[in-house]
Amino acid sequence: MMGNLDVKGRIHSFESFGTVDGPGIRYVIFLQGCCLQCKYCHNRDTWSIMGGKEYTVREVLDRILKYQNYFSENGGGVTVSGGEPLLQADFLIALFQELKKYNIHLTIDTSGNVLLTDRIKELIDLTNLFLLDIKCINDEKAIWLTGVSNQKELEFARYLSSIEKPMWIRQVLVPGITDDENDLAKLKEFIDSLSSVKKVEILPYHDVGKFKWKELGYSYELENIPLPTDEDIRKAKKILNI
Amino acid sequence: MDFKQWESFRKDGEWTKEIDVRGFIQANYTPYEGDDKFLSGPTKRTTDLWNQVLELYKKERENGGVLDADCKTPSAVNAYEAGYIDKDLELIVGLQTDAPLKRAIMPNGGIKIVEKSCEAYGLKVDPETDYIYNHLRRTHNDGVFSVYTPDIRAARSSHLITGLPDGYGRGRIIGDYRRVALYGVDVLIEEKKKDLETLDTDIFTEEILREREEMHDQIIALEDLKKMAAKYGYDISVPASNAKEAIQWLYFGYLGAVKDQNGAAMSIGRTSTFLDIYIQRDLENGTLTEEQAQELMDDFVIKLRLVRFLRAPEYNELFSGDPVWVTESIGGMGTDGRTLVTKNSFRILNTLNTLGPAPEPNLTVLWSTRLPEGFKKFTTGLSIKTSSIQYENDDLMRPTLGDDYGIACCVSAMKIGKQMQFFGARANLAKTLLYAINGGRDEKSGKQVTPKYQPITSEYLDYDEVMEKFDNMMTYVAKIYIKALNAIHYMHDKYSYEALEMALHDKEILRTMACGIAGLSVVADSLSAIKYAKVKVIRDETGLATDFEIEGDFPKFGNDDDAVDEIAVDVVKRFMRKLQKYPTYRNSKHTLSILTITSNVVYGKATGNTPDGRRAGVPFGPGANPLHGRDTNGALAVMNSIAKLPYEYSEDGISYTFSITPGTLGKEPSTQVNNLVSMLDGYFKQTGHHINVNVFDRALLLDAMDHPEKYPQLTIRVSGYAVNFIKLTREQQLDVINRTIHEKI
Repeated sequence: MMGNLDVKGRIHSFESFGTVDGPGIRYVIFLQGCCLQCKYCHNRDTWSIMGGKEYTVREVLDRILKYQNYFSENGGGVTVSGGEPLLQADFLIALFQELKKYNIHLTIDTSGNVLLTDRIKELIDLTNLFLLDIKCINDEKAIWLTGVSNQKELEFARYLSSIEKPMWIRQVLVPGITDDENDLAKLKEFIDSLSSVKKVEILPYHDVGKFKWKELGYSYELENIPLPTDEDIRKAKKILNI
Repeated sequence: MDFKQWESFRKDGEWTKEIDVRGFIQANYTPYEGDDKFLSGPTKRTTDLWNQVLELYKKERENGGVLDADCKTPSAVNAYEAGYIDKDLELIVGLQTDAPLKRAIMPNGGIKIVEKSCEAYGLKVDPETDYIYNHLRRTHNDGVFSVYTPDIRAARSSHLITGLPDGYGRGRIIGDYRRVALYGVDVLIEEKKKDLETLDTDIFTEEILREREEMHDQIIALEDLKKMAAKYGYDISVPASNAKEAIQWLYFGYLGAVKDQNGAAMSIGRTSTFLDIYIQRDLENGTLTEEQAQELMDDFVIKLRLVRFLRAPEYNELFSGDPVWVTESIGGMGTDGRTLVTKNSFRILNTLNTLGPAPEPNLTVLWSTRLPEGFKKFTTGLSIKTSSIQYENDDLMRPTLGDDYGIACCVSAMKIGKQMQFFGARANLAKTLLYAINGGRDEKSGKQVTPKYQPITSEYLDYDEVMEKFDNMMTYVAKIYIKALNAIHYMHDKYSYEALEMALHDKEILRTMACGIAGLSVVADSLSAIKYAKVKVIRDETGLATDFEIEGDFPKFGNDDDAVDEIAVDVVKRFMRKLQKYPTYRNSKHTLSILTITSNVVYGKATGNTPDGRRAGVPFGPGANPLHGRDTNGALAVMNSIAKLPYEYSEDGISYTFSITPGTLGKEPSTQVNNLVSMLDGYFKQTGHHINVNVFDRALLLDAMDHPEKYPQLTIRVSGYAVNFIKLTREQQLDVINRTIHEKI
């Protein structure tokens, strides 16, 4: 029987010094492959499930363990981002089971846009914290923006809440798209209905990943969308009460 | 010994019986485990005085970099009358000449460099002085060139070995200036006289005679120091009686040294915890307030910020920005487990707040994972605010150096008053590798620089063949290098002996021969390319390898990949072992540093295309840094790669320059501080030796656009993904810069 260490995952890249995706210093693994097609995606090169490179749990574990000295009592650990990490639940379950042995704090950065299968639930149990990206509470806009309905996302959030799993809710603020006051108020209502939200973050839209679309030969639809101003951010934060 | 000035000090240990500053500190200091809330801001007096200095700085800049110079009087401990910035405002007095920022000439190092330096700023050396040093009195520089051999000259002019201190003061010697305050100069003279008696031996060997002459000069220097202080109205023959005097006495010791020597680095040692004992005593007996204590430290630091040397443009090309390296080592842990952090460790760092950021003094925190949390947070917070602090691994150095060592220059650790080094600049190992391929011909000039070796003639480079030839070439370079250093330090001792600095040392001292390496990451990547990819040689019509074509990818230093990191480790060990084969002047102990300061740019300029794909003239990574742009796995991967370089083979220091934006350290200020603390704890647990921490503001980002090589890993973090700043297009960089400012408003 194949052990955890031989399970393979498809990985886009590694970042040894992540500081904004979870508490403390994070070793960030960007998994390859995504089920959404967000128009503002800054990691366009992570979409294809055929891209990236295959690594075994053993290889990834070896890399991570070299950074244990940087994880402190103040926080720190491993964050899995992407792409959409939950598409590779089997790999992550194997990896997380191994990492648990070293008492490392585990975070998943996800859209939550997956079915709540038993395997996904098993992975949720192994995870200490979720960074949950609510694309847009307004489903019509969510479909326009990501190509997919937000229903599974919201269901995912409710499930995390039901089992008291800590989560940070994140909203990318795109002027003219996700900054509608009514939508933000609805988002606030939704967040208030959840019981295990530890933090709410506004992530101001940026276009630094735009060049990747062009490099890959795609056109960038949000070409004429301005970056949010400080005032836009302040207003959104006010509505979300953060 | 007993003095009324020592009243209420604990007399445990040996420090009242013999010169033992460490013993005094251990018996009397008060460790401080709290935070920075006790600190005071600047007083109006301090701000008024500092504003006068800022005005002088401005005039200095407007005058092309040098405000004024005395081109007649050779500097010496007691040369010049007393000088002041504003006598009524100054608490701590003493300037190098009779006016602030007026520079002195120090021709003992070399008259040519003095002539060039003066000319560069539109001045001229006084004819009489010029005549004396050109015809009557030999200088260090003349001495060295009178014995240099053709092979040394060839290695030097081809930039195989560069930056040698053969035309300027070697520096990197730290006098124990605390002794002046604790014992007074008369005790120090008496002790030297006793030492001199032990050198009255039956047989006068060359060594004994040299030591007798040196000690004679040391005593004269101490006598001169008293005379210098007397011009300012102070009698420093006796110990200092309070905090103000302790700072003044100590500073006079240092001032004497910078009047005596224009050394490449004139570091001050480890003074703040020593001074805390005096401040604490005054605070306790009610003769000093916290505000006054900060004022004294502010004035001390103002004086250190005013130190200037007259240097030639070539020197500035190597080390830009008028550096003096007034390195002050702060904090660390004692061997008994108590922290050496005191309130005065905070006060000296607090001058970055009271006076604003500055490159001098070169504030160096000796980091231990066991340092008090309050101190860790204070110092990292200041790093984020000012980018003015460097950190060195106390946990790595303490086992061999104890708990009273200091850093000279950037990374060179030495026991204060018990150890000195012969500074040796560095060998260009990237060029050495090219010479190995070309049989000792220079890749740029085509000249035969070393004896003729068989060059590599195959179309593709074979790893084993290259390693064999590289190994041989390193042997040759090590030989020439040690020959040159022996000549330099023999002559420096003879013609430009640091009598005052050495008077503030014990009689028995450990001397190190501090060699250095430049271009380590270029060599490691080149060898990795040869080993793991295919490297084709492009030769000119004379058969000289001038360029390389790489087919395939290869592991690069700075990504925590053992495949290449082990090559770097191997090169360091090999070169060190080769140096050790050659005997050194005064039986000094061979050491090695991986440090370039800012000279990585000129070394790169002098080096042709390398097999790693680096183009001719492109700067090397500074110190032990990876070549910029080669690291792709984030900051900690670079740290882990550098931490693998073996300190035991590179005890003179392994330097790493780290640059980051505030936002990349974390979103909120408290998170930034916590993350920087965790990062430093982690890096030093990995056995990293040194780190420069830069947290950039806008000005630095703009500078990074023009000088990407200085910012190899400036990372920008934009919610969820990281990008390397220097890899962005100019437009994107501008965008980031504009948004950064936006965020700040």
